[in-house]
Amino acid sequence: MKEGKIKVKNITLYYGKKMALNSVSMDILSKQVTALIGPSGCGKSTFLRSLNRMNDLIPGVRITGEILIDDFNIYDKQVDVVNLRKKIGMVFQKSNPFAKSIFENVAYGPKINGIRDHKQLKEIVETSLKRAAIWDEVKDRLHDSALGLSGGQQQRLCIARTLAVNPEIILMDEPASALDPISTSKIEELIFHLKELYTIIIVTHNMQQAARVSDYTGFFYIGELIEFGKTKKIFTNPEKKQTEDYITGRFG
Amino acid sequence: MKKLNRLTGGIMVGATAFSVVLIIAIIIVILIVIIVGGKHQMSWKFLSTFPEDGMTKGGIFPALFGTALMVIIMSVAAVPFGTITAIYLTEYAKANSILAKMVGFAVKTLAMVPSIIFGLFGLGFFIKFVGNGMDHVFLGGQLKWAQPNILWASMTMALLTLPVVIVSVEESMKAVPRELREASLALGATKWQTILKVVLPGARSGILTGTILAISLGAGEVAPILFTGAAYYLATLPTSVSDQFMSLGYHIYIMSTQSTNVDQTLPIQFATTLVLLMLTFILNFTAVIIRARLRRAH
Repeated sequence: MKEGKIKVKNITLYYGKKMALNSVSMDILSKQVTALIGPSGCGKSTFLRSLNRMNDLIPGVRITGEILIDDFNIYDKQVDVVNLRKKIGMVFQKSNPFAKSIFENVAYGPKINGIRDHKQLKEIVETSLKRAAIWDEVKDRLHDSALGLSGGQQQRLCIARTLAVNPEIILMDEPASALDPISTSKIEELIFHLKELYTIIIVTHNMQQAARVSDYTGFFYIGELIEFGKTKKIFTNPEKKQTEDYITGRFG
Repeated sequence: MKKLNRLTGGIMVGATAFSVVLIIAIIIVILIVIIVGGKHQMSWKFLSTFPEDGMTKGGIFPALFGTALMVIIMSVAAVPFGTITAIYLTEYAKANSILAKMVGFAVKTLAMVPSIIFGLFGLGFFIKFVGNGMDHVFLGGQLKWAQPNILWASMTMALLTLPVVIVSVEESMKAVPRELREASLALGATKWQTILKVVLPGARSGILTGTILAISLGAGEVAPILFTGAAYYLATLPTSVSDQFMSLGYHIYIMSTQSTNVDQTLPIQFATTLVLLMLTFILNFTAVIIRARLRRAH
């Protein structure tokens, strides 16, 4: 049994008076892909955003419980959220490159970390773009605006931008939901390669996608983690009726 | 009943059409009067020479120069200060906090204050209070800063134009998508780094529009500089911020009311008005174009 990279213990989260997560616990393993599935509004994105404390930005959020990353509680008062987010990258549903050049997008993270040496930046940008499988498409136009790329390319650029900060964990919030099937398969292939180096947690609406890319799957329903286990088991032999109903498409 | 409805409708259409035509007609008449009255006077020489013969002849160069210098000093004060206020309002203030509401209310009130009040405030605050204080502390009571000059006039004008800058920058900062801020924060940027490197660059056009609108407003206003720095006539250009200056708007005012021979200066009045009008028109038009581009970009 591998050691859990992220140990979530009884996380309960409120938006004002509305409970969005109810006592969720799970162990997320290192260098594995964990998919979070469930109908809209089930709390899976909220859960994902509590892992890098992006929920902190929303006024009126209250959270109890513990999230340990490498046995360190990220909700501890002494934790520097800015440093935490350097360790945990995030890819969003809608690709969101900055209105800067392709190079500057990827170099953004390293630059705010104080890397000024141009040669070093160039290396980081190249490595990151290669890892995000987009280098060949953009290597001749690194200084063109990132907004000129296609939707799928923009999303892979955003992944490269995340990789440039050298995170250990990558959170993906429905990264392919706005993309065409070809771009989606490219992203899925990319996820498959990235898990050699990173711990990946992906929220998805698409159950086939969860089945294809993930090693572990968690099924959320109305703020609760109904079932969590190996993807194969969840999709072939779920323990809970609700999970089975959702997977077989009876609701959601 | 139906007939009556149709009649009312007809009257309303007629009334709106009349209003539209009236407004356009007023603008056209004003423009024609000014252009016809001033066109013979207009020349490169008019723009580039000093007034002569008790301001009945010659050009308006010192007024043009003074206006330009004043709006530059004004912008240097109003744009950074306005931008910082806008940053506070959009990025730091909580939507319902009392302080944010107070700042918002103050900005709105500032925008409604009649411009002559700014002039009086400038006289009382900058000249009598700040200037006097500076003279006493730094110059042992010797009179230098406690009198009207281009610095105090520019500062007073900066206060007047501040709401324009704040609102314009605030709007364009709000238009920067939340996703971009999140992307920056998720990469481990601090809030301040995010504002500096993502939000402000995204709001560039808004800052530019605000600056241009402020300049256009500042170039045309007379009341705020009336007591704070504008001069009737100066034989030399200002060489220091403690000098007085001539301004286009004030020049028109004094030529039409204080001149020794109002009729004789009429062509100069028209031409000066034409210059001022063209200046504000060009500035406003530029702002409109930038704003349209900004809107298309989002």
